[in-house]
Amino acid sequence: MARLLLAAAALFLVLFLASPESFAGLFRPFVTNNAPAIYTQTGLLSLTLSHLGLVGVAVLASTVVAVGLGILVTRPAGREFLPLARTVTSIGQTFPPVAVLALAVPILGFGAWPTLVALFLYGLLPIFENTLTGLTNLPPEVSEAARGMGLTRRQRLVQVELPLAMPLILAGIRLSAVISLATATIGSTVAAKTLGEVIIAGLLSSNTAYVVQGGLVVGLLAILIYEAFQALETRTARRIGLARR
Amino acid sequence: MIEIQNLTKIYGDTTVVDQVSMTVETGQIAALVGTSGSGKTTLLRMINRLVEPSSGKVLIDGEDTSRIPAHALRRRIGYAIQGHGLFPHRSVAQNIATVPALLKWSEADIRARVDELLELFQMSPAQFRDRMPYELSGGQQQRVGVARALAARPELLLMDEPFGALDPVIRAKAQQDLRDIQRRLGTTLVIVTHDMEEAVALGDRIAVMDKGELLQYGPPSEVLTQPAAPFVRELIGEGERPFRLLSLTRVGDIAKTGEAGGETIPAGASLRDALAECLWSGRSALPVEGGGVVTLDQLESRAAQASVA
Amino acid sequence: MTEIPITADSPTGVAISRTGLLFAGLGLVALALPLVQFKPNRIVLGEGISLTAALGPPGWVVLLGLAVALLIGVTDRASLPIRLAIGVAGVAAAFLILGAAVRNLTPPDNNLARVSPAAGFWLLLLAFALMMADALSRMRLSLRLRWLMLAAVLAMLAAILWSGWLDGVSVMREYAARQDLFHRESLRHLILAFGSLGAAILVGLPLGILIYQVPRLKRAVLGVLNILQTIPSLAMFGLMIPLFGWVAATVPGAASIGVAGIGIFPALVALFLYSLLPVVSNTVVGLNGVSPATKEAAYGLGMTDAQVLGQVLIPLALPVLLAAVRIVLVQNIGLAVIAGLIGGGGYGTFVFQGLNQTAMDLVLLGALPTIALALTAGIALDLLVEALDHRKRRRDAP
Repeated sequence: MARLLLAAAALFLVLFLASPESFAGLFRPFVTNNAPAIYTQTGLLSLTLSHLGLVGVAVLASTVVAVGLGILVTRPAGREFLPLARTVTSIGQTFPPVAVLALAVPILGFGAWPTLVALFLYGLLPIFENTLTGLTNLPPEVSEAARGMGLTRRQRLVQVELPLAMPLILAGIRLSAVISLATATIGSTVAAKTLGEVIIAGLLSSNTAYVVQGGLVVGLLAILIYEAFQALETRTARRIGLARR
Repeated sequence: MIEIQNLTKIYGDTTVVDQVSMTVETGQIAALVGTSGSGKTTLLRMINRLVEPSSGKVLIDGEDTSRIPAHALRRRIGYAIQGHGLFPHRSVAQNIATVPALLKWSEADIRARVDELLELFQMSPAQFRDRMPYELSGGQQQRVGVARALAARPELLLMDEPFGALDPVIRAKAQQDLRDIQRRLGTTLVIVTHDMEEAVALGDRIAVMDKGELLQYGPPSEVLTQPAAPFVRELIGEGERPFRLLSLTRVGDIAKTGEAGGETIPAGASLRDALAECLWSGRSALPVEGGGVVTLDQLESRAAQASVA
Repeated sequence: MTEIPITADSPTGVAISRTGLLFAGLGLVALALPLVQFKPNRIVLGEGISLTAALGPPGWVVLLGLAVALLIGVTDRASLPIRLAIGVAGVAAAFLILGAAVRNLTPPDNNLARVSPAAGFWLLLLAFALMMADALSRMRLSLRLRWLMLAAVLAMLAAILWSGWLDGVSVMREYAARQDLFHRESLRHLILAFGSLGAAILVGLPLGILIYQVPRLKRAVLGVLNILQTIPSLAMFGLMIPLFGWVAATVPGAASIGVAGIGIFPALVALFLYSLLPVVSNTVVGLNGVSPATKEAAYGLGMTDAQVLGQVLIPLALPVLLAAVRIVLVQNIGLAVIAGLIGGGGYGTFVFQGLNQTAMDLVLLGALPTIALALTAGIALDLLVEALDHRKRRRDAP
């Protein structure tokens, strides 16, 4: 049932993006004064792609940096940074994304860059936090056994610790992706090409149809990405024998 | 006096408690013993209506409990469970005061009662009143749990495996203390246990339950010497029976006139202790404190009653 | 957790602190970067001016002092309290230096010229703030001391602001130009963040209790609330305007109780909807977390349903509930900025006005208080959650 709904949502999204005009009737009720029902200034498909592109690049960069930092601070050489890293992530998460975005503008100017940087910075935190939890909360008997069998530090990390932490790391990436997806819409207030452009156009011209279609596409993308990651997490968890949920 | 009449509990199509009838006299201890899933806990919980019976009834001093609002009934009945169930966010004093506070006792009365109970359980009020549960040892937590159950001077106390979480040494002491306090207060007590040893040590009557049915209900000596069903025999443990039987009687009760050498044994010790002492010291008779002796022959014939049945 | 070595021996035998090295690195880079930016007027880009250039010859003394302070943190000679002191003093110094630089640079008879903090200032602030955070996170201070620390740092910053020392800084000039408006929007922002939180608790708590008692409802209710979360904030705020405009126009009496499609109302509702999920789901998690033995005992002692809920379940679920309050409050303080885009008021008004006019000082006037507010709320609630958790810490059943 849930799967069927998801498949339907995905299908709707693809069809809508391929040919928005065919769905004009759906959005007509939201329109007043004969305004257009579908945003045409920029193609919805190209906005979606650039939205996803921004999120993808930012999340990828966050993942590489956050997992790397997570590994670093759990190694003997980086242990000293662990308490600081914990504090910074917890405090960093209280920084409002909009404020981060706004503060990036004076340094990076308008356009995609401030959005990318804000998404990157904000995406770091959930992944880093989960990597840390995954790498520090291993079952003690497992790490004991790995040590007892004579695995080197590097082997333990690659063969035992990272695979066991993988479901949690994936959960962090999922959180980060969903947050970035939503935050990227705000990016269009600083002139990044994202689906937020449609919503803002709707706000400026009091055209609710624009607001609805922008929100709908972003919302559906968020749900689909969320579910896809969750399926991946469950599979990974099952493969390493950890029951999830 | 509690009268349980044809009490039955059915969940779906499983009968958990099947037509159980039994009477517990005022001031006595009834021990419900059985394996897990025997229905003993459900039976207990039907007495204070934490579980509503499917049919049958419970009378307390002739009063039908189904006529009393459940929460009011429970305030009259003490209740202590395994793992004590202390409220982690309340101090020892607040925990003990739970029912008196529900009954709207005056502050002074509550305070006096809390201190009285702490003294009774050998915990200095000044030291323990304001501690939080997590600051107590397992044995102390258990005592506070029982003190809380006794706070509003209930005539009836229900206990579900109250000593289940304690280690054996503390456990024996806790059982002894409970028995002393129960005798002193004259409270009627129904206790659920899976341990026959505990049932024998505490119960004036033992009720053996299996698969929802009451197999046997009688004094420990009767249950030990005349098990009513193979399951009861199994629960007692074939090899343990003579020792269980001996543990029921005090040395003082069978001491006869005579002379014996060596160290004396207290009159309050059980026959089981006396047998152990005989075997350990290689004597055939022990002098009893306060006069008289107990002989190995006497012990043997006592123990042999177990095989008569 | 294993003991964390604070220092690592270097081959020469002099112990160095790796974190100290990081902070010193950051700080020294900061000193090399322009401290402030001088702009002929509020919207053009300006030129960077270094600390020594801004302060003149005394600047060299200040520079040396800062460098020494940073380098003390590198050696293991500095104990944690000393690092903390250096961190706090450094943060204060950064602000004082900024004020001094602005005073030196602002031409006396030019109202258009602006001096604003540049990369050097921000990085210097970051280096010392990190040093402070690092020392604090390792000192494992008691709760009371951490409350005091928070109050002291806030008081210090407030004192610097109140003293007027920073009045020449561009952000403060923007503030001076619209003092009344700023206070009004501050109040608005607080109403948005706390009002929506209050409403979410009023509705979410009973809803959570209901789901706890009727678990069948859980999937449906949490499902709907989860979907609400996926609606991007811009769209959520945007949808509330026509929705409540329509409600106010068609439902009799709606307008008279404050329902409207413009102003603060739609923003308040949008924030409220986002807040429901954390409140409801944490309520359920908190209530489910109460041990069955505790609940059993509560009923067994003769508590009524209401007494069990009020005296046992809710007090025990409180730390988890408070964690939700923290999430919601911090989230709402941030999201309330979006309200500025739809005329809902709050600090977002300045942020978006600033972005439109490319007046970055105005953006800062909105963004900085938002960040300060979110930070303070987050830290304060963390401390509160910890205080409650500590008091009710449970010994697990053996």
